[in-house]
Amino acid sequence: MSETIVFLIAGPIALGSALFIIMSKNAVHSALWLILNLMALAVLFVDLDAQFLGVVQFIIYAGAIMVLFLFVIMLLGVTREELLGEAIPIQRVVSGILGVALAGTLVWILLNAYDESAFGSLAGANSAGNVQGLGRLLFSKYIFPFEVTSILLIVAAIGAMILARGRTEEESASEVERHSGEDVRL
Amino acid sequence: MNLAWPLTLGALLFSIGVYGVLARRNAVLVLMSIELMLNAVNVNLVAFSTWIRETIAIGQIFALFVITIAAAEVGIGLAIVLLIFRNRETINIDEIDLLKW
Repeated sequence: MSETIVFLIAGPIALGSALFIIMSKNAVHSALWLILNLMALAVLFVDLDAQFLGVVQFIIYAGAIMVLFLFVIMLLGVTREELLGEAIPIQRVVSGILGVALAGTLVWILLNAYDESAFGSLAGANSAGNVQGLGRLLFSKYIFPFEVTSILLIVAAIGAMILARGRTEEESASEVERHSGEDVRL
Repeated sequence: MNLAWPLTLGALLFSIGVYGVLARRNAVLVLMSIELMLNAVNVNLVAFSTWIRETIAIGQIFALFVITIAAAEVGIGLAIVLLIFRNRETINIDEIDLLKW
């Protein structure tokens, strides 16, 4: 019963903040609404017996990733607003229709597959503790994907560093030499 | 609580994310919408994990991997956005049409 009440509070918060993310004109406001959205989902994860995931969601998403987003938004200029004109004329209308159609289809399918059986609990998997259970799985059965993930993170970090690094003066000088005369654009 | 509730929430969040990717023209906003969609998937994974009364929490392991991939994706994506801004002075994805013709 208590988990239903928590869901009824956190769920609408997540939905409403998600709507504000895509509606607000200012990118900083969107980022702040996204933080609220992620926090509501973290509450939801704890509600669904996934305590570790809830904490990870809170620390990694609302902490690290959102700082990255806000950093880039501030770096690119806060006052920069989106142009109001549209390159593809009815883009917003069409994407609205597509979004509503997708939502309608998904909800309709869900309602057709409506199952009266009560929600379970993860008491079995969590008997020795949620973190312990996840750790045991991660370091035994899923050790290979886990290690691959660490490689992926290293590649992503190095790639981001190389991409975002400014050119040194020698490099840009030789670049200008090579492209002299032609339009240097990305 | 019924399984349909978190699944409906996930479906609606995903649809909002799809709308954001299709309609917004700020590249950073598009990346945020992608985060929204990834989170909707996480809600589904965790909800099913709890619903089928797993003896080991495989759904949560999957969600953990999704979060990791999302972190890597945001890092690279924002680096690309920065690079585009440095080269073209815009992050409006309508104007980044180098591959158009």
